[in-house]
Amino acid sequence: MSSAQIEIQLIASLVAIACAIPGTFLVLRKMAMISDAISHSILPGIVIGFFITQDLNSPLLILLAALTGILTVVLVEYIQKTGLVKEDTAIGLVFPALFSIGVIMIAKNANDVHLDVDAVLLGELAFAPFDRLMVSGIDVGPKSLWIIGAILIITIGLLFAFFKELKVSTFDVGLAASLGFSPVVIHYGLMTVSSITTVGAFDAVGAILVVALMIAPAATAYLLTNELKRMLIYAICFGVFSAISGYWVAHWLDASIAGSITTMLGLLFLAVYLFAPSRGVIAVLYREKQQRTEVSLLTFLLHLKNHTEVRERHVNHLNEHINWQKVRSKTVLNLALKNNMIQLDNNIVSLTEKGEDFTSQAIDYIITNEDGKIEHMKDDFFLFRG
Amino acid sequence: MENKIAVKVDDLTVAYNYKPVLWDIDLEIPEGVLMAIVGPNGAGKSTLIKSILGILKPIAGSVSIYDKPYEKQRQLVAYVPQKGSVDWDFPTTALDVVMMGTYGSLGWVKRPGQKQKKAALEALEKVGMLPFKNRQISQLSGGQQQRIFLARALVQNASIYFMDEPFQGVDATTEIAIINILKELRKAGKTVIVVHHDLQTVPEYFDWVTFLNVKKIATGPVKDIFNDDNLTKTYGINYKVSIQE
Repeated sequence: MSSAQIEIQLIASLVAIACAIPGTFLVLRKMAMISDAISHSILPGIVIGFFITQDLNSPLLILLAALTGILTVVLVEYIQKTGLVKEDTAIGLVFPALFSIGVIMIAKNANDVHLDVDAVLLGELAFAPFDRLMVSGIDVGPKSLWIIGAILIITIGLLFAFFKELKVSTFDVGLAASLGFSPVVIHYGLMTVSSITTVGAFDAVGAILVVALMIAPAATAYLLTNELKRMLIYAICFGVFSAISGYWVAHWLDASIAGSITTMLGLLFLAVYLFAPSRGVIAVLYREKQQRTEVSLLTFLLHLKNHTEVRERHVNHLNEHINWQKVRSKTVLNLALKNNMIQLDNNIVSLTEKGEDFTSQAIDYIITNEDGKIEHMKDDFFLFRG
Repeated sequence: MENKIAVKVDDLTVAYNYKPVLWDIDLEIPEGVLMAIVGPNGAGKSTLIKSILGILKPIAGSVSIYDKPYEKQRQLVAYVPQKGSVDWDFPTTALDVVMMGTYGSLGWVKRPGQKQKKAALEALEKVGMLPFKNRQISQLSGGQQQRIFLARALVQNASIYFMDEPFQGVDATTEIAIINILKELRKAGKTVIVVHHDLQTVPEYFDWVTFLNVKKIATGPVKDIFNDDNLTKTYGINYKVSIQE
């Protein structure tokens, strides 16, 4: 690996971490689309900043662009508050307007300005190592690395300081307000961090990938955990993993780095969406099937408990009476046998002692629906799975 | 009875987009009452609570908690929002939600520690939810979620409790459990203010009541003012409720 390769991966990873942190809160606040709006509408801020400073990495440019980002949020909220249009419509109105102003500004000055729409949309991570930061004549590394590093340190600092405030105001705005944690302050704080991160990451990865890095890792992490801290950590790991693996995919395919990273993010989400242990599509389907079997088993046992007559307990009769298909009743019969709940005697089924106990408990649970009993029953049910 | 005034509302007017939701409300809530706020949908019951707690900004009027503005008395007040106002799919546990009740006393930046955790566990125990402390909140039933909210208010160890429809969507067992806790709070000298919908249970649960429908209709002891006259004035139709039972 050349040093340029290491630098690119390092920048991509830092960008991924810096994006995943505000992204997690945006996803939980159902504001994913706001990040899309910010990433596009900061363009006029960047262009104006570039005219003034002639340097894509100048702090003034970052500040100006971040201000445009906040302006976007303010405008969206203002339009929404009139009650004439809904939030998604307001977002759809504001950011194309601001973005197109930026596009026109670039087009009008395209001759003498090194800034084009392609680079804005997709970024150019591959060129990042060429723009070096020189401190009194000494090369201290790529400028983008320093910028995103500084933004990341601030973001992490703020996260540690205000984690509890962010959590409570994201979960319960009313409580946060009544406790004195102004939701407005926290909201605009988060919007400012998101804007600054977007601008900082923008030069390296472009407007579209910024959105992907903010939303996809957080959405993927959301499927895997029930705890906010873990969600943040998972989101960061997914972001970094996609950044590095995306870089190598781009290397092998000789394709766009930004495109490859985004593709990796998409694939990662798809994999988790399908295979996540408790919320994944496959797990849900499996669980539903298990639950159907459990209910069938219970119905079967209840029937046996209710009927002492031999006629009602004959295997063939059960087939007709409970109205199951052959395969199904066979599964249930085998399951009950395997767990020693029933015994077969000349094709006459009867409950064992264990089966009796289990059925009574189940009836108790169904009738009383007491929380305490559910816990216990859940363990029991689990025994009969598979 | 010459009780202190816990909450005082003067000339409070609140409007959404220039349409008044609450109009010139004057209200004095004595210390140590268990009070229901009743009124039809859109009467401004939740708005009244939110304005007292500084969540909504009134266009006129003032509110005081023990003679001081709310901002200075936050520590004395606990709030239970409507259950539907939060996203129960939020990645957090029952214990963690209850811990949020301690954030107010911690202030900005400072983090909860062992002391706060202990208080939260005690509150969970009080509402009978200790076995569920590590349960993800979306895995709880509606009644259990309401108990968690109640525990979160208890952990604030306040003097005044505001609750927005704590009985909404809970079963009879939970309703009784909640009202018993509220009555215990009153016994301990706390003031409890509840937005309530079920008129039948008002005489049984509460000792003080406020009738509200954009304007304040009446406020006072249930035995004195909970009558057909006030119900009719509030709900606009002839409301027959037997208060003898």
